[in-house]
Amino acid sequence: MLRIACPYCGLRDEVEFRFGGPAHVARPGFEVDDATWADYLFVRENPAGLNFERWCHAYGCGSWFNLVRNTLTHEILLAYRMDSPKPALRT
Amino acid sequence: MQRYSFPNLLWQALRGNKGWRPVWREPRLKKSYDVVVIGAGGHGLAAAYYLARKHGIRNVAVLERGWIGGGNSGRNTQVTRSNYFHPVSSSFYDHSLRLYEGLGSELNFNIMLSQRGLIQLAHSEHELEIIRRWCNANRMNKVDSEILSPAEIKRLAPPINLCARFPIIGGFIQRRAGISRHDAVVWGYARAASALGVDIVQNCEATGFEIAGDRVRGVHTINGSVSAPRVLMCVAGYSSHMGSLAGLRLPITTMALQAMVTEPVKPVLNVVINSATVHAYLSQSDRGEIVIGGGADIYNSYAQRGGLSQQRAVISAVLELFPSFSRLRLMRQWAGRVDITPDTSPLMGLTPVAGLYINCGWGTGGYKAIPAGGDTMAYTVANDRAHSLIESFSLARFARGALIDEGAAAGVAH
Repeated sequence: MLRIACPYCGLRDEVEFRFGGPAHVARPGFEVDDATWADYLFVRENPAGLNFERWCHAYGCGSWFNLVRNTLTHEILLAYRMDSPKPALRT
Repeated sequence: MQRYSFPNLLWQALRGNKGWRPVWREPRLKKSYDVVVIGAGGHGLAAAYYLARKHGIRNVAVLERGWIGGGNSGRNTQVTRSNYFHPVSSSFYDHSLRLYEGLGSELNFNIMLSQRGLIQLAHSEHELEIIRRWCNANRMNKVDSEILSPAEIKRLAPPINLCARFPIIGGFIQRRAGISRHDAVVWGYARAASALGVDIVQNCEATGFEIAGDRVRGVHTINGSVSAPRVLMCVAGYSSHMGSLAGLRLPITTMALQAMVTEPVKPVLNVVINSATVHAYLSQSDRGEIVIGGGADIYNSYAQRGGLSQQRAVISAVLELFPSFSRLRLMRQWAGRVDITPDTSPLMGLTPVAGLYINCGWGTGGYKAIPAGGDTMAYTVANDRAHSLIESFSLARFARGALIDEGAAAGVAH
């Protein structure tokens, strides 16, 4: 069971949260070609190591936030607001 | 290859069983091969076997980072079925089931296939409607499928609780579906491939590709480089990583899917049960353990261990269906790294790098596809052209929007 520090509510159990996939994926404009659009919609970095991801404290405050988590060890390094820039951590 | 037969068993027994030899060779990695397969799970070994047997390509190496069948091939719940919804899926998976039906005798290795039937439960009128549609689609695709009443389900699975929190109001069965022994499938293919000349090299991690222009020339490994004009990647949860070494960007997310077994008990359940609503599936192995699976953990993971919250959800779902199992102790619990695609259908075929082929994206259901995955990928590698059964599963389908959404259509459990 992960223990996740919601930036608004503090440390809570995993079951209160919903996973929202990768963070910092920039949506391209509508003028791009199909390959670029498919890349945006479907391709995932899927790293073995540090992952920048979105979570929602669904059964708590309801807020979305970003998390840096290691997908090999499940260690959580950092939680930060969604409107913050991507933290400069070595991946 | 020493064949397994009654006279041979008797002969070996009379000699004190001292005459058995290892069933596959442990060769040293050569400098070059016609085909290198990365990943010695079921899919990689099956592809190597069919390359050697059906296409005469025997100068093949299968590289494995750990030991054969130590990844998802040894971590699944052993279910084989072909009751998918879309015609492209059901024709592929039914080809696989038909190969499974003859596999024991073809490989001369008992894979313990037991076609005991798989029941998909319906817990509401809406689900029953969808199941009727699904069942009819199966029959249109020539896959056996029958609607069952609650009484028929109770007769096939006596310990089931029809009046649970989500009551069981019907279901459907594919009688040709069932379970087999996953290790035997891996070992059977390895033994047969090795006998045909395929080199299976364990503890040999692939670390990169040799690519000249847009064509693959070989593979780098921790034991040196190997040149090969054709390379097939069958690395499941590590596909994104391995693909990135060849410059590929794949629509794959790696997650942990866990499974567990109880202590062994006498035969109580002679059918595979699957529920999409409470999200659990279970069967009883030949050793007597109740083998249990459910949904994947909700977040990306390469850890090969499942989270307790998902485990609790799966166990409570199973105990709703089978209250008497609450007295069984759980013996083991584990997880595999599953490679999930956005449409829950596999990713197979050619890649933008000439000579590099991929077979991945099986998500939570790759075991049932091993024979057909191997067969069609062997054809694809041998002819540099996608086999007709897998044309729709290409990487190019995402940019075209031609998704095969089995998650929505047939409740594929991702």
